Amino acid sequence: MKNLLLKNGRVIDPANNIDEVCDILVTGGKIAKVSKGIKDNADETIDATGKIIMPGIVDMHVHLREPGREDKETIATGTRAALRGGVTTMLAMPNTLCAIDCAERVRLLKDIIARTAFANVLISAAITKERCGKELTDIRKLKEEGITAISDDGSSVDSQKLMLEALIAAKKEKLTVTCHCEDISLTNNGVVNLGLTSTRLGLRGISKESEFKRVGRDIELAASANAPIHIAHVSCSESVQIIANAKQKGIRVTAETAPHYISLSEEAVFGYDTNFKMNPPLRAKADVEAIKQALRANIIDVIASDHAPHTENEKEIEFDRAEFGVIGMETELAVSITELIQAGILTWPQLVAKLTTKPAQILGINKGTLSVGADADIAIVNPEQDWLVKKEELISKSKNSPFLGRTLKGVVEYTIYLGNIAYKKTAKQ
Amino acid sequence: MRKSNATIAWRRKDLLDIESLSREEIELILATAESFKEVSRREIKKVPALRGKTLVNLFYEPSTRTRVSFEVAAKRLSLDVINIASETSSVKKGETLIDTGKNIEALKVDIIVVRHNYSGAAAMLARSLRVSVVNAGDGWHEHPTQALLDIFTLKEKLGAIKGLKVSIIGDIAHSRVARSNIWGLLKLGASVKVCAPKILIPAAIEEMGVTVTESLDEAIADADAVNVLRMQFERDSQDAFPKQLEYFKNFGITEERLAKLSKKIVIMHPGPINRGIEMSSAVADGPHSVILEQVTNGIAVRMAVLFLVAQANEYINPTKHFSNPKGENKV
Repeated sequence: MKNLLLKNGRVIDPANNIDEVCDILVTGGKIAKVSKGIKDNADETIDATGKIIMPGIVDMHVHLREPGREDKETIATGTRAALRGGVTTMLAMPNTLCAIDCAERVRLLKDIIARTAFANVLISAAITKERCGKELTDIRKLKEEGITAISDDGSSVDSQKLMLEALIAAKKEKLTVTCHCEDISLTNNGVVNLGLTSTRLGLRGISKESEFKRVGRDIELAASANAPIHIAHVSCSESVQIIANAKQKGIRVTAETAPHYISLSEEAVFGYDTNFKMNPPLRAKADVEAIKQALRANIIDVIASDHAPHTENEKEIEFDRAEFGVIGMETELAVSITELIQAGILTWPQLVAKLTTKPAQILGINKGTLSVGADADIAIVNPEQDWLVKKEELISKSKNSPFLGRTLKGVVEYTIYLGNIAYKKTAKQ
Repeated sequence: MRKSNATIAWRRKDLLDIESLSREEIELILATAESFKEVSRREIKKVPALRGKTLVNLFYEPSTRTRVSFEVAAKRLSLDVINIASETSSVKKGETLIDTGKNIEALKVDIIVVRHNYSGAAAMLARSLRVSVVNAGDGWHEHPTQALLDIFTLKEKLGAIKGLKVSIIGDIAHSRVARSNIWGLLKLGASVKVCAPKILIPAAIEEMGVTVTESLDEAIADADAVNVLRMQFERDSQDAFPKQLEYFKNFGITEERLAKLSKKIVIMHPGPINRGIEMSSAVADGPHSVILEQVTNGIAVRMAVLFLVAQANEYINPTKHFSNPKGENKV
């Protein structure tokens, strides 16, 4: 394995409270030294002057679609797309075909990952069998197979009894529980935010209540179980308020939002472009502002992409019929830089923490840091460079990005995974 | 041909909604329609304006009056017309809307008039095609030519739209006619009130600039005109819906209600009427009603729309543009 020397970059490692220009030496796939003026010989030296050196992103919410929907994405294409975005670890959601809900299916997925992944893929198994909300999976057995989290993502567990049992079991097994918060009885088959937008477009609206009432319920259940809970894709100000109150009371809740909820409001849907159709839907401008402020106030701990690939066949159709979801791993860092750093909402160390240290902590994994001895998962980023998001340059097998045609700030130049240069930006990009 | 004194040019290849139109664009359509209205009074009701061009009526929902109105309008402009209804097309075989559109375009058709049960379908088609697309109603979204003919009729009856008080009564939530009328009337300076049972008022409708009431008497009290929407009791609905008799009792327009008013008001309805539900037969056939005039005006308005979009579409007219006094209509 080659030795790598990264010179003169601005090293940001929130886990160790480091934000200074220095060098990093990588040997044997691990971080060997972090200091100024490293003189050691290396097989390859990267001049990172003017660049940010940060831990590889830990994206705790992605859909890689394999097994079953390899037409949308595979472990191979998804992890290669991840590397382009500076993501070295990702948590794969279990709503594949079939759902990852038993030991055999976890083993099947682990085998695919071992054979084809270009980056670190962690597994979230389902909370209920086939994600049907009727019967709990065997959480202890799943843990033995090496899963990291459980979630019925894509659906919420309607039964309070099952959700409570899941929280208790997950706590015992030290597994993260990621909650997709949606009360389907309040969603009303909606496709966009309920309000002026749904009325103007003549589309069914999804109320904020469908999200925040379930956020409230799930947090209450976590409190009764005295168990930690993680809230996925927070999109509205009411959810933020509920999470803030819970945190104040000392309930162990963490929360994530997605890049599109800090960068796009419901007005983006005018024109019926299905690349702006996701669940929860894009909300009002005031919600976007509330989410940004919640990131600043640490009410929302994590930014995760909710990378949700869909084929053109599933998107280039009538708005009502199109699938929910957008891809995001290739753009999440740049969107965050553009919306949060540029706008002065977060400092660099704060942003890096939300992309690396915090998700690693929530998942209980030894990643997301540049500590000496840690796995050398590193992103080297040019923070000033603008780039245009082009469909033909996307690596993801699906092209359903809401940022196509947008100019974003911040380009990942190198992604290093376990000490190897796993991605290097080519000249044309 | 055109005697419009509007000062702007029409530059859109499609007509998809009223919301995105400017006041001037709406006025241009109305002025153009006025000059076309005369054609229907001639002994030979036909002009060669779009001779050699082809129009396809692509209807994914059952419709008689809108389709026939477009067909008549097209024929009076000398367009060749083909009607496609979804029951008889490849839609039933699973073809996507865009594929259907591209196949029609490949037949070297010039204009597609589309009626679709999903909101946004016309916009999607227009984005994917070079031919002109005219929205003949998409889901609950908009029905622009209906609003234009309603406004044209109002203008004929009452003069200027500016300053008028218009109430729209009925199923606002699921009505594309309501949305198009609201945008059009507001842009031309009318004030608009919507009136319906609460369950049929869509979220945040006030933010469009209208007032809301659940009282029919209040809605008609000081109105200059009311536009009464069709209650689609046949609709396969997952939403709560009022019972027919109860609806007539609370929201049906009757002569008794009209007799209490201090002035005569104009009553419109986009059709087909449910007699005894939205209004009594006496009202539908009575002196306030302009319902059949709306139907007649629909032809002139649709002729104007077809003429304008065809004229502005470079794909349809790569070399030749229709003449106009100021030569402004070059794209």
